Amino acid sequence: MSAADATTDPTRSAAPPVVRRISARFFVSELRLVFRRRRNLAGLLVLASVPVLIAVAVRSTGSGGNEGPDFFGSITQNGLFVALSALTIEITLFLPLAVAVVAGDAVAGEANTGTLRYLLAVPVSRLRLLLVKYAALVVFAFVATFVVSLTGIAIGLALFGGGDVTLLSGTQVGFGAGLLRVVLASLYVGCAMASLAAVGLFVSTLTEQPIGATISVVVFSTASFILDAIPQVSWLHPFLIVHHWAAFGDLFRDPIAWDGVQRGLFVAAAYVVIFLAAAWSRFAAKDVTS
Amino acid sequence: MTPESPRLDGPAVRTTGLTKQFGSQRAVDGIDLLVPRGAVYGFLGPNGSGKTTTIRMLLGLISPSAGEIEVLGSPIPGGAADALPRVGALVEGPAFHPYLSGRENLVRLDAADRTADPATARRRIDTALERVGLMPVAGKRFRAYSLGMRQRLAIAGALLTPKDLMVLDEPTNGLDPQGTREVRSLIASLAQEGSTVLVSSHLLSEVEQVCSHVGVMHAGHLVAQGTSAEVRNVAATEARVETDQPAEAARVLHELGLTDVVTTATGASGRVGRVAPEKVVAACVHAGLAVTRFTVDAPTLEDVFVSLTGEGFDVSG
Ligand SMILES: Nc1ncnc2c1ncn2[C@@H]1O[C@H](COP(=O)(O)OP(=O)(O)OP(=O)(O)O)[C@@H](O)[C@H]1O
Ligand SMILES: [Mg+2]
Repeated sequence: MSAADATTDPTRSAAPPVVRRISARFFVSELRLVFRRRRNLAGLLVLASVPVLIAVAVRSTGSGGNEGPDFFGSITQNGLFVALSALTIEITLFLPLAVAVVAGDAVAGEANTGTLRYLLAVPVSRLRLLLVKYAALVVFAFVATFVVSLTGIAIGLALFGGGDVTLLSGTQVGFGAGLLRVVLASLYVGCAMASLAAVGLFVSTLTEQPIGATISVVVFSTASFILDAIPQVSWLHPFLIVHHWAAFGDLFRDPIAWDGVQRGLFVAAAYVVIFLAAAWSRFAAKDVTS
Repeated sequence: MTPESPRLDGPAVRTTGLTKQFGSQRAVDGIDLLVPRGAVYGFLGPNGSGKTTTIRMLLGLISPSAGEIEVLGSPIPGGAADALPRVGALVEGPAFHPYLSGRENLVRLDAADRTADPATARRRIDTALERVGLMPVAGKRFRAYSLGMRQRLAIAGALLTPKDLMVLDEPTNGLDPQGTREVRSLIASLAQEGSTVLVSSHLLSEVEQVCSHVGVMHAGHLVAQGTSAEVRNVAATEARVETDQPAEAARVLHELGLTDVVTTATGASGRVGRVAPEKVVAACVHAGLAVTRFTVDAPTLEDVFVSLTGEGFDVSG
């Protein structure tokens, strides 16, 4: 029988109808894979240890000193600043590293173990695979960020107490408003990490070596930080993924300087769109020979 | 599927001019695979002859350099979403997440399948585990599995939902004799349920026992394909006639169309080719020969395999 028959074949209906469900099962399975993996949990533990270290160090020496980053000096006045200090420190390496590890693993890890071919044979469409992988990475990016800030808040309040928050511009807001700003700052950093995760997902489609993908992502973010610090290439700065990352500090001025945050969100969105598109164009027709 | 239920027409797998080029090498070179519905198709070939590459193309994992593929009536890769839910596959050995248990790995595969009913997942996973005898180690981490357990888990993964076509790339690799026998009976029972099975294997005796059809790959070419009987006849089935008139017998065999006819002291023999062996006796008797003994040596699949793909030990490629 010819191919034309196959499409008009009346017995086609004898096949059990293929019902495709809209279901979150695969996404949930992906989250379990990410969050039950010991390595990833250990990574989160390392992220959580930084605010603890900061708080204990400041407590035992009695002051944050004035030579530290912006938020350090305020820690002794209000515990919330432990969270912000920890975010400031971790945003340059630890948070990007954690995101890079999980994102680098996303596709390359499945290719490396060979599970990629079995997922595709299930079948999982390649677009769905990328979207589910990215969705799980976004969740991880936010969880990682909130692990830092929530641990910081908890240990900070325990060691230094709360109360009214004196903003960087000198004005005071109530504790609730201060806490809200810390949450906003965390959400902003989470978005930044999610944009890096898109870069990681793309790199992860290029290789079967998750470690290689991870290292590339860390090199990418670190190189961006370095370029961002070189004034001679200032024309490049607005396009760098990391350029507006520190803008979460603007949320602690009065009035809030939304400008940097807005631009940061815009750059993050642009990176997400560009790198997801790149990942798709790279992965859509890729030969899976692993 | 019960035997009465209407069968889907058309072959389970059909390829035309299927080709895959890796750099300068043609791993698969213009093959026209035809796997009829309900067949147990033995896909044979030496190492590196292109079996796995072909199977990867059937599953849409790699895209062909040329040629067309149709699996269960749907074009691949375009119609993969329609065809593949009804295809169970084992490709180039098992692959699972090492730090998840066997059961958790199956749960993950099932979760990825949009056509699988979550309500019955537990029961289906249990059934699949039982079917491959893995129940006792279902909770063990995959990394602690032996080679045979891994292979069995991969087969279980392919059996989570009912399938019309099973593609098994070397399913008995690493299995103990019991496991091998179980896979054989599994293939038989799948065929009985109405599934088509495409099984690649090196164990020729294995294939000979279960396969209704055979395709033989050699250096990227499909050098023989058909029912097991047909393929065996491609190689030399030899008819030997014993008689007191060897020269006359040789003449008769030659006239019948046998090739490589040789005369011996006690008679004559030749390759029957497309000639039906029973005609040979009739012709000899008709020619007035006193036939004292007549034998037909059908080659084993191994003979066929070696005659088609050569004696050499070197891999192709
Ligand atoms: N990703 C790849 N890149 C380059 N060449 C490849 C690739 N995959 C397979 N080949 C080549 O294609 C040829 C066929 O390989 P394939 O894996 O299909 O053989 P096979 O018949 O499955 O062999 P075996 O019996 O050993 O499993 C081999 O020569 C192999 O080296
Ligand atoms: Mg192979």
